[in-house]
Order: sequence, then C-alpha cells, then structure tokens
Amino acid sequence: MSAPATQGERREIPAADARAGLEALKAEGFNVLVDLTCVDYLAQKRAPRFDVVYRLMKLDAAEGRDLGRVEIHCAADAQPVLRSVRDLWPVADWLEREVWDMFGVGFIDRPDIKRLLMYETFVGHPLRKDYPIAKRQPLIGPKSGEKADSPSFNILKPTVVGE
Amino acid sequence: MTIATPDRGRKTFMLNMGPQHPAMHGVVRLMLELEGENIVDVDCEIGYLHRAFEKHAESETWNNVVPWTDRLNYVSPLINNVGYALAVERLAGIEVPERGQYIRVIASEISRVTDHLTCVGASAMELGAFTVFLYLIKAREYLYQLVDNLTGARITTAFTRVGGVKGDLPADFAAKFAEIAVKVREAVAESDKLLTRNRIFMDRVEGTGILSKEDALAYGITGPFLRSTGVPYDVRRAHPYLVYDRFDFEIPVGSTGDNYDRYLCRMAEIEQSLRIVEQALKQIPEGKHSLAPAEMKYAYELEDMGKHGDTELIQKYSAKVDKTLDGMGRETFGDVRAPNRWATLPAKEQTYTNIEGLMNHFELVMWSWGIKIPPSEGYFAVEGGNGELGFHVVADGGDGPYRVRCRPPCLFIMAALPKLLKGSMIADIIPTFGSVNMIAGELDR
Repeated sequence: MSAPATQGERREIPAADARAGLEALKAEGFNVLVDLTCVDYLAQKRAPRFDVVYRLMKLDAAEGRDLGRVEIHCAADAQPVLRSVRDLWPVADWLEREVWDMFGVGFIDRPDIKRLLMYETFVGHPLRKDYPIAKRQPLIGPKSGEKADSPSFNILKPTVVGE
Repeated sequence: MTIATPDRGRKTFMLNMGPQHPAMHGVVRLMLELEGENIVDVDCEIGYLHRAFEKHAESETWNNVVPWTDRLNYVSPLINNVGYALAVERLAGIEVPERGQYIRVIASEISRVTDHLTCVGASAMELGAFTVFLYLIKAREYLYQLVDNLTGARITTAFTRVGGVKGDLPADFAAKFAEIAVKVREAVAESDKLLTRNRIFMDRVEGTGILSKEDALAYGITGPFLRSTGVPYDVRRAHPYLVYDRFDFEIPVGSTGDNYDRYLCRMAEIEQSLRIVEQALKQIPEGKHSLAPAEMKYAYELEDMGKHGDTELIQKYSAKVDKTLDGMGRETFGDVRAPNRWATLPAKEQTYTNIEGLMNHFELVMWSWGIKIPPSEGYFAVEGGNGELGFHVVADGGDGPYRVRCRPPCLFIMAALPKLLKGSMIADIIPTFGSVNMIAGELDR
C-alpha cells in the first residue's frame, strides 16, 4: 500500500545541517510545521540513538490545498546538536520543549529550554526506552525509588530495555 | 491597604489564572502580567492532565491502544479511534470493507457534531448564555445515546479495531439518527436565534481574539480555528480518507479570524456534518445484517450442539451474545471488518462452534501473539474536532507499537494563546479561551 499523502516524502538530513536544510525548505514554500517529534531507537541499538522528525507542509492559504509534504529525519544524540527553528515556525518553541521533556534531546540556540508536559522537579525523560513505565518519581513515590508493592501499582509488561 | 498613587497606570502586576479556575474549562494555568485590566504578557503552563498516553501505548498490543485513544479528545472519541486505526492499517496493509468505512465516517461525523456542540455550548455559558448551554448539551446527549447504541458507551467508545470496527450498525440506526437530527437542528436553530445577532454576545466575541492567516499558519493551526481566518484547509477535502470524496459538503470559512468567526464556523460545520451522515446512511452498501435475523442461541447451547455432532444445525442459529458484543455475529462478519484473518477476530459463531474459529480467536488475543506488523513507520492524519489529528506510528515487528506519537490539534492553538491574548483585556480571555476549545486530554496526552 502506498504511503498516505499526509506522510510526505522521506528525507534524511544530518543533525548538524538540519537548520540549514529546514531554512531552505521554508524558503521553498513549506510554510507549516505540522509536527516535530522524536523516536528512541535504543531497543534496536541504533547509533545515534534518537531520530528527530520534522514534518512540513506546503499549504496554499487561498485555496486551502496541501501542495506537498515532506518528512525530515535527523539522527541525533542527547547532546544538543540540532539548532532551534523557533524563529522559522514559532510553534517549534513548544514542540522542541516537548521533545526535550520527553526524550532529553537538547537544542542549541535556546539555552533556557523548559519542560512542557512534566513538572520542573521531574527526574529523567519518560519516553526514553530505558525509562521504566512503573518508575516512581521522588515527588510522588517512595524516596528510595524501589518498586512499591501497593495495590495502586499496575502490573505491566516490562518495557525496560538496555541498561 | 495602600492608597493608589497617581502613576499607578505604569505598574504591572501578576495574576495566576488556573490550573483550577471556574472560567477555565480544563486544567491549564495562565500567568498573566496585567496593567490594570490590560494583558501585557501571558505565559501558559500545560501538562496537568498528562496521562502518559504515548508511553502506555508502547506497552500495549495494537488493539489495546484503542481504548487509550478515547481519552485523547474525550468529546469526540470516535475520531481518535478512527485516526489511530487508519494509521495502523496503513502499516499493516489492511483495507476495511466499504461498509466498515462508511460506518467509520458516520461515527466520526457524529463525534464532530458533539465536539462542536460542546465547544459552542460551553463558551456561550461562560459568556452568560446558560440557556444555550442547556439546549446544546441536551442535543449532544441525544447524539451520545446514539453513540451508546452503536458502541456500547457514551464516551469511552473504543469502537474501531485494526481492520474494521467493533460491530455493524444497530438495525434501527438510520431511523434513530433521522429522529435525532431533527432535534439537533432544532437546538442549533434556537441557539442561533439566541446568540448570532445578540448584542451582548457579539460585543464579547466580535473583534476579540483575532489571529491573522499568516500567524495561524506559522503556528501550524488547523481545523475550525484556521478556517475562521479564511483558509479553507480541511483534511477531509485536501486528502480524502475513507470515503469522504463521495460526499457533498461545504467547508465554511470566516474572514477576520476572531471569536465570532470561529463561532459561526463551528455552527455551520455542525450542519455539514449532519449532512454527511445523512448522505452516508443513504449511500452505505447493504449489509447482510439487514436480512431476517436468524434464531438466537446462547454460546453454551451452540457448544452443546457441536458436542452432539449437530454441525448442520449450528449453521441455522446465530450466537446470542452479551450486549457489549452486539454486531459481532456472523451476519455482520465481513461487512465491517477486513477479511485478513491474521488481524481481525472471527465472527462469534465461528469462535463458539468450531475449532478453527476458536484458535483464530485465541491466537489474536494471546499475549505476544496477536497482530504482527513488520518493521515500518508511518504518519496518518484525519480531520479531528479541532483540526488535523495525526498519528505517527512506528512498528518493530512485534504485537504492539514501538512508538505512537499523537499530533494533538489543540496543542498548536494553545501555543499561540499568548499571542492571541497579549494586548487584550481580562474579559477577552473567556471567549478566546472558549473558542480555542482546549481539550486537556488531547493537549496533555
């Protein structure tokens, strides 16, 4: 089955050149940043570990037609290599914060990055594959960090990989 | 208490609105910097309803994620179900039979109406029009009853499966919908009379919360919010999925992008969605379920027949199942679910009466068996109540997703909220925030 039109053409850009590539795409007419997300490939032992995905759309504002989409994949590590694009698409501010919050992938050109969904005292980055789903946080769990045997703990399929 | 000094106008002060505030439906915190009643700066804090949807999805099987998607946009859960199922089916290479596709369209459009009714009703209530709230929520309740008939639940629908939907339409669905559509239209017409030319309402919403076309695009805003600025972008029209290319419907657009335009867009879209359901119910291919129903037997009776060797007799009866399994019988099998036996459950008669059906059933529900999708990655978007609702799904060959990313449409609108509010007054927060239609379940996931 062919890829859906909402997915767009897949392109891979090295993380260091991502900003230049995205700038060029913006100049080319990709005016909407549809999404910015990340996938952690730790379980597949891929290096670098993260795949940051920028999803762009060329939207014709007068007709409301989608003139094409593109999907930019940048392999990245936790060290901030990717440059922020929040001046190109202001919504990238929040999306970069979410990627930082959930995966701990940093962005340069924005030193004051803040968590988006989690609270400030949260420890770790929950969507990383080595973050156990049942892990307790210091704020709400036993301080020692061991698994509580209270009935409120769900029995879940172990998801810890690596480590 | 200090007595105000003459230069008080130059001083700003901070005001915290939320996370629990009677005027903020949903948990969200606004930190306002005020100069008198004017908003100088806004910071918005979200995440209070974070339930780790994406993390949980990674430890579930493909089908077990569906109930989690109900909780994303909980006023239009069926659209989430459909969006997720379509994204997974793309990876699995499954195509749902036409009747199943029509049912998904019908379900999505009913959900869109409930979404818009809630948004318009709640924001009208916050502006003092309590009657409108009661009218519209009553109309929504009729639709929820219809959804209840269809799925077995009002809100936690979990209606789709990978490769189809839970079950066929109930026999009297079309007649019931026709009855309810009249009531919904009445409620919308009454609300329209109460609001659309109402001086008090218009003073609050007209010219407030204006967002330009360019800003809306820069923030990646979609849905009614983008259309109110005059951009007729709708995923159903731009990339027709399911059978949306077969319906005649309009895309209402606004011109100024203020709260009033967003209200008008939503009101017009309710009518368009009702029209789509009506057309779908006319066009939907006949299912076998419209044949005269066979005599019903309980599962244990069918099993006993099998043990006695009355295999021919079994064929004459259909299984009497629990109410929650309605529509999963033989008469509907194949109409609403893909024939891929490695992905969709067999009809209940098969499960109860023969070993192949039983094995097929258990192979699909057993831990780490289930549906296996080869390593792949894909993104699929549908038009949600608030805009483009996308699912980015990564499969690693296992029986569940390796990663599910939900693109929540209202996150993008919320990111633009500071821009919308800066420079306006405190009283404008209420209509503007109402028209954003923030659904915390979807925003925080």
